[in-house]
Amino acid sequence: MTTHSGKAGAQMTPAERVAYGILGVGLSAMGLRGGHPAQRLLLGAAGVAVAAQALTGRHPLATALKIEQNADGEVKVSDAVTIGQDADKLYARWRDLASLPGLMTHLEQVEVLSEKRSRWTVKAPAGTHVGWEAEITADEPGKRLAWASLPGATIENSGEVLFRPAPGDRGTEVVVRLGYKPPGGATGAVVARMLGQEPGQQLRDDLMRFKREQELGYAPTARGQSSGRAGAGTGTQEGRV
Amino acid sequence: MKAVVWQGTNRIGVETVPDPSILLPTDAIVRVTSTAICGSDLHLLDGYIPSMEKGDILGHEFMGEVVEVGRDVKKLKAGDRVVVPFNLACGVCDPCRRGLFSACDNSNPNHRMAEAMYGGVSGGGLFGYSHIYGGYAGGQAQYVRVPFADVGPFKIESDLRDEQVLFLTDIFPTGYQAAENCGIVPGRDVVAVFGAGPVGQFAARSAQMLGAAHVIVIDRVPERLKMAAASGAQTINYEQEDVLVALREATGGRGPDHVIDAVGLEAHGHGPGALLDTAQQKLRLTFDRITALRWAIMSCAKGGTVSMPGVYGGLVNELPLGAAFAKGLTFRMGQTHTHRYLPDLLGRIEGGEIDPSFVITHRAGLSEAPDLYKTFRDKKHGCIKVVLNPWA
Ligand SMILES: [Zn+2]
Ligand SMILES: [Zn+2]
Repeated sequence: MTTHSGKAGAQMTPAERVAYGILGVGLSAMGLRGGHPAQRLLLGAAGVAVAAQALTGRHPLATALKIEQNADGEVKVSDAVTIGQDADKLYARWRDLASLPGLMTHLEQVEVLSEKRSRWTVKAPAGTHVGWEAEITADEPGKRLAWASLPGATIENSGEVLFRPAPGDRGTEVVVRLGYKPPGGATGAVVARMLGQEPGQQLRDDLMRFKREQELGYAPTARGQSSGRAGAGTGTQEGRV
Repeated sequence: MKAVVWQGTNRIGVETVPDPSILLPTDAIVRVTSTAICGSDLHLLDGYIPSMEKGDILGHEFMGEVVEVGRDVKKLKAGDRVVVPFNLACGVCDPCRRGLFSACDNSNPNHRMAEAMYGGVSGGGLFGYSHIYGGYAGGQAQYVRVPFADVGPFKIESDLRDEQVLFLTDIFPTGYQAAENCGIVPGRDVVAVFGAGPVGQFAARSAQMLGAAHVIVIDRVPERLKMAAASGAQTINYEQEDVLVALREATGGRGPDHVIDAVGLEAHGHGPGALLDTAQQKLRLTFDRITALRWAIMSCAKGGTVSMPGVYGGLVNELPLGAAFAKGLTFRMGQTHTHRYLPDLLGRIEGGEIDPSFVITHRAGLSEAPDLYKTFRDKKHGCIKVVLNPWA
């Protein structure tokens, strides 16, 4: 992970602080009530964190959910993964922009318009789509690729991917840094995160998908396994143990 | 087929469910001939391991005959007799290449769930052990899908009985790794084992195989202590003796050179620490009751090792870290790298050095699983290890 300059967590209004204080207490209470032990523990902990941070005046959910946002309202996301392949091969896979939707499931399409220009379309919350044109701003084969959206994009964004040799025979460290300005500022980012559309989660999934594609050649799965769910099974015997 | 299914907290049943099928070209389907109930299955039963879903097929200790292989499977064919490690490993990632099979980067499709709880990293998947570990269907069933079929399943080509090789899937390598992690100096080191359940039994015998000068086993269940004593270990019943005093006396005041905590998160015990653990666990403020771990740290000799094969799930409180620091202890823990030990341990069984079937106290058909989970959990009828025949 990298650190970014700029403040972590946007400032809250006094009204927001009161609201988040209440939310924090509510989450703590939910944490004591029911559900899986893990959920209870996490809810309880999240509740305490939210309530405590209401006192500091920072945007607590943004902080708790590790959404970093600087003074311009830009959200920064980064993650890294080590893949047991050499950098040139990984770079080549990434440089083939048109094939990226195979790695990143939220990407609908990337059209290569010219050597440097491309048009990106992504799935947005609630079944909508967002598109923009991007330009490659740095291209060092086997080492680094950087891009930025062109003026007029709905979601202003930029990013870079670094390919670094890992120590020993472990292959390549792939580091991805993304920056974007979500519509609606911090609240928009929090809402997006709640809907499961937050780029930090997507990025992690994408990197693991990339690693598995490159190391295994396929994605492991348990989907479609036999179970006693969805009326598939007929109970022959059951009982409280 | 018939399978043992998790129906909710403290509810399991035997249901008729669809037969498994090949989902990926690297899968195999195994017809299960023997399967066991493990102490860690009890953690699923009572809901202390999160992310179980109703209908999940339980069981991670199983063996049988290959009946079908995917088109990319090279080492196995229909008819092969195999034991299957309880953990899934891809065989190609960096941890797998270093022999750290349980830490496989790639075999857990639900890596994100584990990452959220465990510091941004996920270990490999496990059979029949909740969705946080991949949601793989387990082997307490007539058939099971075995992913990574060229990596996990280990062929048994001698005529050893199922009961002699079944425990290569988990409890024997788990006990062995716990002992190996101690770095025992043969002829010199004293090893104490907390918990005389199946893993504790194998840890004690493995410590002896690795040359421990003396082995001490601590539990409260007379049958378990009797089984441990049969191997020549000294035994301590902590309900009848002050365990820390007894261990000091047994070791000339030094304490055991290495201590194995083969109990894990549901330790029983007494005293204020144990009460506090139980209260906090009931309030869901902690996952783990750590009496055994606390005793392990407090009893261990200076410069010793605390080896932890027992499963821990989350956060613990009141850990005597000061004592551990003052004595310069080493902690070794984690899920078993089962694949790594199979050739050596099978050799020891074939060579007559150990017959793992000593640990079995109960044998039954799959339909008796719900009753036997209960018997095992309550340690009734001298129950130490249950083996089920899915076809009986
Ligand atoms: Zn087990
Ligand atoms: Zn692996």
